[in-house]
Amino acid sequence: MVIKETKSKIQVTKLNIWYEKTHAVKDVSFEVYEREILGVIGPSNSGKTSFLKTLNRLNELYPGFKMDGEILFDGQDWRSINIQLLRKRVGIVFALPLPLPLSVYDNIAYGPRLHGIKKRERLDQIVKESLTAAAIWDEVKDRLQKSAFKLSGGQQQRLCIARTLAVNPEVILYDEPCSGLDPISTHKVEDAMRQLKNRYTQILVTNNVKQAARVSDRTAFFLMGELVELAETKQLFTAPQDKRTEDYITGRFG
Amino acid sequence: MIKSEQTEKLAFWLLLLATIIIILPVALVVILVLVKGVPAITPEFIFGMPRDGMRAGGVFPAIVGTLCLMLGTAVFSLPFGILAAIYLNEYSQKNWLSRIIELAIINLAGVPSIVYGLFGLGLFVTFLQFGASILAGSLTLAIMTLPVIITATREALNTVPKAFREVSFSLGASCWQTVRYAVLPNAIPGIITGSILGLSRAAGETAPILFTVAAFYLPSLPQSVYDQVMALPYHIYVLSTQVPNVSEKIQYGTVLVLVGMIFVMNIIAAYFRTKLRKRKTW
Repeated sequence: MVIKETKSKIQVTKLNIWYEKTHAVKDVSFEVYEREILGVIGPSNSGKTSFLKTLNRLNELYPGFKMDGEILFDGQDWRSINIQLLRKRVGIVFALPLPLPLSVYDNIAYGPRLHGIKKRERLDQIVKESLTAAAIWDEVKDRLQKSAFKLSGGQQQRLCIARTLAVNPEVILYDEPCSGLDPISTHKVEDAMRQLKNRYTQILVTNNVKQAARVSDRTAFFLMGELVELAETKQLFTAPQDKRTEDYITGRFG
Repeated sequence: MIKSEQTEKLAFWLLLLATIIIILPVALVVILVLVKGVPAITPEFIFGMPRDGMRAGGVFPAIVGTLCLMLGTAVFSLPFGILAAIYLNEYSQKNWLSRIIELAIINLAGVPSIVYGLFGLGLFVTFLQFGASILAGSLTLAIMTLPVIITATREALNTVPKAFREVSFSLGASCWQTVRYAVLPNAIPGIITGSILGLSRAAGETAPILFTVAAFYLPSLPQSVYDQVMALPYHIYVLSTQVPNVSEKIQYGTVLVLVGMIFVMNIIAAYFRTKLRKRKTW
C-alpha cells in the first residue's frame, strides 16, 4: 500500500446535528486528510448530506437546524472563520445540476465577481482554467455566451464543478453529484474528480456504493446518523470490520 | 344511462354555467361603458377644461390629477413596499416579530378604503398640515397600496427557486449579494407586474382621496405637490350625484377614460407577465 501524506485538513469531533426534533447526526468524529477523496456512503436519511452541508455552514440556512461539536479546519475552529470566506474555501457541488439562469460564462464568473474580481482578462482566464479543470472546456468553449440551461445534464454538473473551482476553494464537497446523470456523464464527472485530486481535498457523498469504490481513497459508512466505519476504501470493501457495513455494501441490507 | 354519467353531465354543465355567469357582468359593464362612452371621446373632451358647471367641456384636469396621484403613490409605496418585502422574505428570521409584521400586513389589506381616507385626513391633512393636497392624497393611497405591493413582491421572490440562493451562498456570497445577483434579476418582472396591478387599483379608488386631495371643481392644472387636484373616480361620483343635469354622454365618457387608463395599466402588467414566462427557463 502506498504511504500517503496524511496531513489533517478537517477534524470533526463529536458532531451532533438536529433538525427540529430529529437527531440527524449522532456523535460523529473523524478526520479528513489533505488531498484525499473521502467517500461517504449510506442509505437515505443516514445523515451524510447533513454532515456534508455542515462543513461549509450551508445547513444554517435551514430553519430548525441545530448542532454541537467541534470542527477544525486547518487546525482552526471553523466558527472563527468568516462565514463567506469559509464557504469560498469549502465549495460544494449539489445533487442536481443547479446552473444559475445565466450564460455559461457568467455562471463561472459569478463567484469570482462576488469576491471582487472585475477585470475582464482575469475573469476570462479563470473561466477557461475552471472549465478546463472540470473537463468541460472543449465542449463549451464555443458557446460561453449561451444559456447554461442549454447544456446536457452531465455538462451542467461539470459546469457546476467548474463554478465551484472558480472561487479557488481548498475543499470540494459533492452531495450525490451523479444521482441524476446517465452512466457516461457519471464517468466524466468521476474523471474530473480524479484529475482534481492533486490540488483539492474532496469529500464525495454518494448513494452509489460502486462509485465510492471507484473514486475514493477512504470510505466512511453512515447509518442512521452514526458513523459505523471509516477505512481505506480497499479495506472497507474487501474486509469490513462491521457486520452492518458488510450487509450494506453487499446489498443485503434491511 | 348509468348514474355516474348523469352526475358527470350535471357537474360539467353546472361548472360551465358558473363560469359563464362570471363573464357576464364584466362583459356587460365593458359593453355599456363602450357604447355610451365612446361618442363622448373627442380631443376636446380629453384635453379640455370642464365648462358650464362640468356639464360641458373636458376632463383634462381630472386625468392629470389621477396621473399625479399615481406617480406620487408609486414614489411612496414602491420603494418601501419592495424593500420591506425583500427584508421579510430574504432576511428576517421566522419568529414572533415577523409573524406580527405579517399579520399586520394582512390586516392592512383588509382595512376598508374609507378608513384610509379618514386616517389620511387625520395624519397628513390635519396633523402634518399638508392640507388637502397631492402629497396627502398620494401618501394615503400609498399606505393603502403597500400590502398589495408587499404581497406581490413576496410572491415574485418566492417563485425564484431556493436552489439559486443556496448556490449563491455556497460560493461565498453575502445575503445582499445573493438577493442582488441571484434573486432579484429573476423576480423583477413579477415585481413590476404586481406593482402595476396595485397602482391600477389605487387609480380607481374614491374614498381615500375624498378628504385628502380631490377637488370638486378646479379647472386648472396643479402647480405643486401642495395643490389640490381633480381626480377621475371622484369626478365620476360628482358628475353622477352632485351636479344636476349632466348629460349621460359626459358621465359615461368620464367612466370610459378611467376604465381605459386602468385597462392600459393592466395590459402593461400582463405584457411583463408573459415576458417573464417566456424567459423562465428553470
